[in-house]
Amino acid sequence: MELVQLLTPEGERFEHPDHPLETTPEELRGLYRDMLLTRRFDAEAVTLQRQGELGLWASLLGQEAAQIGSGRATCPDDYVFPCYREHGVAWTRGVDPLNLLGMYRGVNHGGWDPDANNFHLYTIVIGPPLLHAVGYAMGMAREGADSAVLAYFGDGASSQGDVAEAFTFATVNAAPVVFFCQNNQWAISTPTSHQTRAPIHRRSAGWGFPGIHVDGNDVLACLAVTRSALERARRGEGPTLIEAHTYRMGPHATSDEPRRYRDDSERQTWEAKDPLLRLRAHLEKHGHTDAAYFEDLAQEAEQLALRVREGVRAMPDPDPAAMFRHVYVDEHAQVSEEQREYEAFQATFVQEGPQ
Amino acid sequence: MRESRQVFEKMTMVGALNGALRDALDEDPKVVVQGEDIGRLGGVFRVTDGLQHRFGKDRVVDSPLAESGIVGTAIGLALRGFRPVVEIQFDGFVFPAFNQIVTQLAKMHARSLGKVRLPVVVRIPYGGGIGAIEHHSESPEAYFMHTAGLRVASPATADDAYWMLRQAIASDDPVIFLEPKRRYWDKCEVNLTTEPAPLHKARVVRPGRDLTLAAYGPSVKLCLAAAEAGAAEGRSLEVLDLRSLSPLDTDTVEWSVRRTRRMVVVHEAPVFVGAGAEIAARVQERCFYHLEAPVLRVGGFHAPYPPSRLEEEYLPGLDRVMHAVDQAFAS
Repeated sequence: MELVQLLTPEGERFEHPDHPLETTPEELRGLYRDMLLTRRFDAEAVTLQRQGELGLWASLLGQEAAQIGSGRATCPDDYVFPCYREHGVAWTRGVDPLNLLGMYRGVNHGGWDPDANNFHLYTIVIGPPLLHAVGYAMGMAREGADSAVLAYFGDGASSQGDVAEAFTFATVNAAPVVFFCQNNQWAISTPTSHQTRAPIHRRSAGWGFPGIHVDGNDVLACLAVTRSALERARRGEGPTLIEAHTYRMGPHATSDEPRRYRDDSERQTWEAKDPLLRLRAHLEKHGHTDAAYFEDLAQEAEQLALRVREGVRAMPDPDPAAMFRHVYVDEHAQVSEEQREYEAFQATFVQEGPQ
Repeated sequence: MRESRQVFEKMTMVGALNGALRDALDEDPKVVVQGEDIGRLGGVFRVTDGLQHRFGKDRVVDSPLAESGIVGTAIGLALRGFRPVVEIQFDGFVFPAFNQIVTQLAKMHARSLGKVRLPVVVRIPYGGGIGAIEHHSESPEAYFMHTAGLRVASPATADDAYWMLRQAIASDDPVIFLEPKRRYWDKCEVNLTTEPAPLHKARVVRPGRDLTLAAYGPSVKLCLAAAEAGAAEGRSLEVLDLRSLSPLDTDTVEWSVRRTRRMVVVHEAPVFVGAGAEIAARVQERCFYHLEAPVLRVGGFHAPYPPSRLEEEYLPGLDRVMHAVDQAFAS
């Protein structure tokens, strides 16, 4: 299957017969802004990790187009199930970037309200959220809702059994769900060739629903294919699998060292396909932007980075009693007992400070 | 005000469970039931018999043969505001869903700092004694007890089966609901008007003075038979139906043991790191100076559940329970 591409790495715009997309200059500038701010936020998070403010960070560098394009295809009533690297998608859903940093700082395991932006919690165990997405979509369909679910996974997760089960439940229930695979070529140190011998997007054929192969570094193509797949889901025509061909420019996470398992030359070839550069080239070529636009945007990015930096540093450590809170909705005798014992033990320590 | 007229009906545990699901589906449109073969067939044990016909294929759903998918989609449905009750066909088939139960179902409420609630009930027919093939006779309760975020309960009678399932469905926490399949066809009077006890309360089902037999699910009936045999020998054995395994009603256990001063815990699950180990540990922490004898455990062995021709050797039977009682009195 051909790779759907609407914008070449040089910024040339093409039409695709199956995936038409009309965009205004304002929308194009908006997509560029989304990608640039996400990249700046991500870079700030890497820095914060290096400075010891975060325990870990999973950078999305290189995957901005896949995430912004697909995320911007959603409607407010749609629901998104991410893994843990979908910072760009979170941005498109209006999630405060600071929400994403709590778990990486170690002050919570997520903790935001998924229903506030219809953006589910980050889920570290890959595979399970696809089934949550399908169940959620089954619920939407049962209610007759005019909305759909967008579920993210990666090339590594494609090997998980839950992904296969999610395809099964989605197709037999004609659930309004779109499976969006960011194939960033690497699952920590394991290349996609060790996950599968057939392209991931072809897999849906075995389940009886369409698969699309899209240039994951082309924000317009990602927007177009995701939008049409979501519309198809909302019409009750069932699931679609999208495989976005992209590249994880950085390590798996800040604890990883990619040079141990891959050659820098590979990264260099992908640098030429950078998602931001091609949209910028297109914007400039068509006169949709001027120097002031980029200057203002750079300033906005720095303000965002500053807000994130200050916000992270101000994040308090959780109250130890938080361990016992929200284990259950209703009282649980053993949790209450252990909390009482813990607090009694703590009370045996003498308070330091002035007498 | 007390119920002026109580309605009793004699029914099997299967009938009581069916009634509980029917009434829950009737009362709350958000309740949905899903599992393998539960629709047209009515479940391999007929617990869901007639429910799809009555409530439709959207609410009583025949699932693909994939347990992780059954639990995983139930989590998604719960996120959307439904109250799913899923059936795992047999105890030994829950393990493909173990990841969903342990990493997702149990933890999402805490992960969301209380913003997400997952009122999912996972019904599992469990335990042996029915002459079944491998993977159809296991008692996996300890795995779930060990996981914070789950509630674990098991009824011993039809009456408790009806009410405890209703209470489990009403719970805003996920509940692992273990149904003793060897007791599925036992009949008893079910009080259809009054809840007998809260879900997580242990109950004395036969009072005694000399020793407490603590059990749950399939082993309660065995302990009642043991108490009868003990009475013939002049021993007054108290039988405690724990009913709930997480949380454990240790107050009732403690109250009983302080009076009887001896305790034997009986379950079909392997004794090693089983529920009995937890109960014994708590009893010695709380009642050490009241005990006349060590707390003893009778249960399965640390071996795979044997072929059915051997299961009577593996399962705690009357002789093994009475032997443990004798040991407790010999101390």
